[in-house]
Amino acid sequence: MADLEAGATIPELRVMPDRYLTARYAGASGDFNPIHIDEEFAQSVGLPGRILHGLWTMAQVARAQTEAAGGPEHLRRLSVQFRGMGVPEQEVLVTGSVREAADGRVLIDTVAEQGGTQIIRNAEAELEL
Amino acid sequence: MPVNTQAVGKTYEPVPYAVGREKIKEYARAVGETNPVHLDVGAARAAGHADVVAPPMFAVVYSAPSVGPPIFDPEIELNFAMMVHGGQEFVWGPLVVAGDEITTTASVKDISERDGRGYYVFESVSTNQRGEQVCRGTWTNIVRGV
Repeated sequence: MADLEAGATIPELRVMPDRYLTARYAGASGDFNPIHIDEEFAQSVGLPGRILHGLWTMAQVARAQTEAAGGPEHLRRLSVQFRGMGVPEQEVLVTGSVREAADGRVLIDTVAEQGGTQIIRNAEAELEL
Repeated sequence: MPVNTQAVGKTYEPVPYAVGREKIKEYARAVGETNPVHLDVGAARAAGHADVVAPPMFAVVYSAPSVGPPIFDPEIELNFAMMVHGGQEFVWGPLVVAGDEITTTASVKDISERDGRGYYVFESVSTNQRGEQVCRGTWTNIVRGV
């Protein structure tokens, strides 16, 4: 388990969504919105191309917390705001820092960014240790 | 056009979901989980779980189908073409494992308007076959140009 005292930072998580990730995640999650899997459709609605599923990115934020805490049972709550959009084939970086830690409850401020732009912001995780 | 708030408080039909071992593994691989409790039944049992453990965000798989009916409810008049997923919260209870039977009920928590945007907030409450609340989701959808 990582050091989760107030002021500590959690280990950063870096993940590269490969070219076919959105297709695999669509199948795994059941979200087949074509903006995630069809380049032409995405462009036809004004996007630069296929974009990542926001909930996949949220899952990366969740994973950074469960890995820091030592298992899935420790994550009690996660709230996020989605901003902008993530794209395939560019590294996603999740960082976080402990705002409060007392009586086995830890609050973490956390974000996900891609190329220096936050795609999940104002996220807050609550861990129970 | 002001948003229609009459549906606030409305509750929808419960949606059942049977949690499968291979589905958990497929989901875990898609999100890059490396913890063997999500991928290997032997490792999960050795760690004291009844079967492969769903990653917390697997909540999306069993609870998202419950949010479809409110999004497309004609009484709510949500303009889906202009909708973006603005925010999400999950609060978790006991872990979900393969073999669980989850039932999720969605409701309309809030509908409001600020600065020409409609905010449609739906809540999903998921319980397992023992009646334990395994997850509560708060889904905030933002519609531009209301």
